[in-house]
Amino acid sequence: MSNIIVLVKQVPDTNARIVLSGDRVDLSAVKKVMSPYDEFAVETALQHRDANGGEVTAITVGDAGADKVLKDAKAIGVDHIVRIDSSESLDSNALQTVLASVVKSMDANVVYCGKSAADTGAGSTGPGLAERLGWASVSNSISVSFGEQLSVITPSAGGNARYNVPLPAVVSCDKGDMKVRKPNVKGIMQAKRAKVDVQTVDAPASTVSVVSHSMPPAKPAGKSYEGGAAAAEVAQLLRDEANVI
Amino acid sequence: MSETIVIAEIVKGAVHSTTAELITAAQALGSQPVVIVPCTDAGTADGASEMSGASRIIAAKSDVFANYDAAGWAAAIDAVAPSGVIVASASPQSKDLAARIAARRGISVVQDVVKIDGHNLTSPIYSGKAMQTVALSGDAVLTVRPNVFDAAPSGGSTEISVVDTTGDMATAVQEFMARASSRLDVAEANIIISGGRGMGSPDNFVHLESIADTLGAAVGASRAAVDTWESIPHSMQVGQTGKTVNPNLYIAVGISGAIQHLAGMRSSKYIVAINKDADAPIFQHADYGIVATWEEALPVLQSTLSSMMA
Repeated sequence: MSNIIVLVKQVPDTNARIVLSGDRVDLSAVKKVMSPYDEFAVETALQHRDANGGEVTAITVGDAGADKVLKDAKAIGVDHIVRIDSSESLDSNALQTVLASVVKSMDANVVYCGKSAADTGAGSTGPGLAERLGWASVSNSISVSFGEQLSVITPSAGGNARYNVPLPAVVSCDKGDMKVRKPNVKGIMQAKRAKVDVQTVDAPASTVSVVSHSMPPAKPAGKSYEGGAAAAEVAQLLRDEANVI
Repeated sequence: MSETIVIAEIVKGAVHSTTAELITAAQALGSQPVVIVPCTDAGTADGASEMSGASRIIAAKSDVFANYDAAGWAAAIDAVAPSGVIVASASPQSKDLAARIAARRGISVVQDVVKIDGHNLTSPIYSGKAMQTVALSGDAVLTVRPNVFDAAPSGGSTEISVVDTTGDMATAVQEFMARASSRLDVAEANIIISGGRGMGSPDNFVHLESIADTLGAAVGASRAAVDTWESIPHSMQVGQTGKTVNPNLYIAVGISGAIQHLAGMRSSKYIVAINKDADAPIFQHADYGIVATWEEALPVLQSTLSSMMA
């Protein structure tokens, strides 16, 4: 029986346009969804349970607004949902510290998470949490097989590498060839009734603080051409003007 | 005063040229960095000594560095690195390593930095749809995007000291599975040519592959192409739910430029777009836009490039 944890995060819909209000992004009109890679982590956690038995607990960090991402995970099939209550913006050190404290208290065998969150794109949480727990970690997994140890495939220079990963471990998940299961009606009904276990943990002070947000620098207008014959001129410019070939 | 530390980028056992960009980034933080070269053979560090601008080089020698293991590498590098701000490359492996080293030291990590202004660091967020500037107070580990900072000039001859180190490996590589083709992966390539649904059929990707082979480029694909055609694997996908790439040259063929795709490639140094629809959003991001079908444009591109590269 395995005690499996999956980390999930609520992020703005990846198809949403991001706008600024002053020098901060304004997400008030943007739909929030589970970060896409977290869907692969949830699927991997459920496959682990299917293979070895046990229970899956989804954990998020945030205020009450983040309960929705936990309910979404519950609807897909996780057993328990935990929210570490926080309304502040935490830097990686603070975030990983509170996560490590909760994971330690749960006597878990394995933690799955997305390879990065769609908002920051950082991918720091999985390996950082593993280091704090003294666990093995593998990032950017494209396939996991479950046994006494995990067998994890991850991209490597020139191809892929297969790792033997002893448990306990943290694995961050990419899509690979995975098809994720979708919530069914029963799951959605159960999720509605499910109670979120809210935990409070003291976080250390953040040493990285947000100063401002801005739009990416606008690119100067490029050169445009009509008709395929222009490809010859463009190829020449790539050498003479851009110096990239 | 604490030092600035660069972790040399190691690709297939050699110091990668992006290490010279890391030296420039570290200098922007205020001092000449010490460069740490993780290696199994101290001779590897010679590849860094000609990069000017480092105060000294430490060849961190250990069998641990034969294959990548996040826990073992973090421990072995932590043991030899002085305290201070650490700079590494924002490659998938080094981002993973940076996060572990930061956690080991109980400090924060800031990934994908593209601008350094004093202690203010700017990184793309929402896959490049916006930028975030953060202020550092205290030591941290940061990773910087390749092809953003100028490379420190060559011609240096920085002294190398060899230090033996070790760390406990947590995982073990069982096997490497080399790609069937010798073509680069989009995550590794400096030139990428990608196809979208506008290619009409996955069979037509052969025209992209042929140009890729002429240029030594990788072949990528849009999400629409990957979702539509089973023979186009997810490993080729560039975009928000695929790979974020930062090559010198990105050629988008039959790709309209959905926000999803732009998120993964908009920071490419030069972008060429070939699309039959003059209103395709990709053209707003292109340095060179060609309104044409791929059937018209690719043969011309192929023959011109072939004679240029000959």
